Amino acid sequence: MSNEIRVTPTGEKEATRVAYGKALVKLGEQNDKVVVLDADLAAATMTNAFRSAFPQRHYDCGIAEADMVDIAAGMSTMGLIPFCSTFAVFAGRCYDQIRNGVCYPHLNVKFGFSHAGVTLGEDGGSHQAIEDLALMRVLPGMTIFVPSDANETYQCVEAAAKIDGPVFIRTARLPSPIYESRPFEVGKGRVVKDGKDCVIFTCGIMLEHTLEAVKLLEENGVDAALVCFHTIKPFDVALTLEYAAKCGKVFTVEEHSVIGGLGDTVASVLCGKGSFTFKKIGIQDRFGQSGKPAALLKEYGLDGASIAQQVLEA
Amino acid sequence: MDIHELKSVCTQVRRDIIVMTNKAGAGHPGGSLSITETLVALYFDVMRGIDPKDDKNPNRDRFVLSKGHAAPGLYGTLCERGFFGREEFDHFRQLHGILQGHPDMKKCPGVDASTGSLGQGISIAVGMALGAKHTGNPCHVYTIIGDGESDEGLVWEASMAAAHYKLDNLTVILDHNGMQIDGTNDQVMSLGDVRAKFEAFGYDLIEVADGNDMEQVLKALHTPACPGKPRFILMHTLKGKGVSYMEGQVGWHGKAPNNEQAAQALKELEG
Repeated sequence: MSNEIRVTPTGEKEATRVAYGKALVKLGEQNDKVVVLDADLAAATMTNAFRSAFPQRHYDCGIAEADMVDIAAGMSTMGLIPFCSTFAVFAGRCYDQIRNGVCYPHLNVKFGFSHAGVTLGEDGGSHQAIEDLALMRVLPGMTIFVPSDANETYQCVEAAAKIDGPVFIRTARLPSPIYESRPFEVGKGRVVKDGKDCVIFTCGIMLEHTLEAVKLLEENGVDAALVCFHTIKPFDVALTLEYAAKCGKVFTVEEHSVIGGLGDTVASVLCGKGSFTFKKIGIQDRFGQSGKPAALLKEYGLDGASIAQQVLEA
Repeated sequence: MDIHELKSVCTQVRRDIIVMTNKAGAGHPGGSLSITETLVALYFDVMRGIDPKDDKNPNRDRFVLSKGHAAPGLYGTLCERGFFGREEFDHFRQLHGILQGHPDMKKCPGVDASTGSLGQGISIAVGMALGAKHTGNPCHVYTIIGDGESDEGLVWEASMAAAHYKLDNLTVILDHNGMQIDGTNDQVMSLGDVRAKFEAFGYDLIEVADGNDMEQVLKALHTPACPGKPRFILMHTLKGKGVSYMEGQVGWHGKAPNNEQAAQALKELEG
């Protein structure tokens, strides 16, 4: 008997970046210390909803991401909770400010960075962040969220405001299925499907595609477990070890370079903890390129069929 | 505190700079000595709400040492102001010390921002001033930037934002000693007409001919703010001021005096 899927699609789709914009409005109603900063991308990061709702609490810093981050650092010392919003690809451009300006003194600044991964689409490789998680993971004290759907995005934004310190929230441009809301705890992974033959660890909007892969695998007689992490740091070590030990064959699927992201997070957890078959499915040390999101997912081996095939071949 | 007392504090801070860099065998004396008058004027006369017993008073004026490598100057000033004792100089740049190589707001009392990565302090100060306006906090934010530091694009991004948001609660002070690590400003990266450039960015600019003259420094810092405009003080200073062999010498940017040199400096700095 196959194991049931523990997420229920609502039938609706919404990009996590859109959910981020809406979540900020909700958060803004609850917490008057929340301010939102943009670098001339409010229409794309979807913070324009917040700007309309709270014009006095939205600050555009112009096309100057580094300045935005340090301005946020300064504002946080005055008791505010700034949410900096821009594209994830620009995490590198303001990295020194995130590192030295915010993380080194552990200031209460949030980063809602959108348009991550190749599903950004047509704008191409110059704008597709494949390294942002790697950059953020090495910063001491940084919390990292990668919500898998709109509901989880709300939960991540809400949680971010309660954490006293830097938080990075990675969102996507591509609309993805909304699942019914589930309980949320920072640092805890979610078992989406139990299984015995192998386990797939994933995060973010790859949930949709790994779910498809799991169904295809089932048709091929493989009972795969699926675990999705909304928090990459701090990471759910216990759940990772439990499922790796139980299944023996471990796969990670991420819309990020296989260097430094989820795959390496899992690898560092498993290292020295037993003998496993292990494969990282993700962007194999290449840059992205222009294209339709679906075509890009296929090109980079991240659509359901490609994922299933890579699991079967391992 | 009258002008003679302030000058006497400056001499003591200069002695502190020599003592701590000599003990550590490292640090940045040149650019600390050039801003000593400004630091002392700020902490002993100009800034409001400065209280070593309550260094987190939310309404205190803020100071950001954007040129964070001038930490010895800041530490000497904070020490003389009563934030910690001179025994801390023994641990300057040492493991577990509160006086890190560059200012650390989490470790050192009285430090309002962690700095050291050039260009960032002025941007953080802009954020503080903007945050103060947003929250209705009456504080004023001061920051000292370096002329070498002004090579960083972030200095100009922050300046643009300061003018855009009409931050008349912000004072940016340029320590214009004309020198940086690899040589003079003109040798490394010319700032051109520095006054015209910063004025063009929208500051209300005051030029101080001798930024190592306490009277001139006080006069500039006490000039009332121009409503709707951030203040910029172009402070002409002498790198290494007060120590004969360091004055105007590029080589004393990031080098500590040895025992013999320190003894000579301390002799010159006898009040």
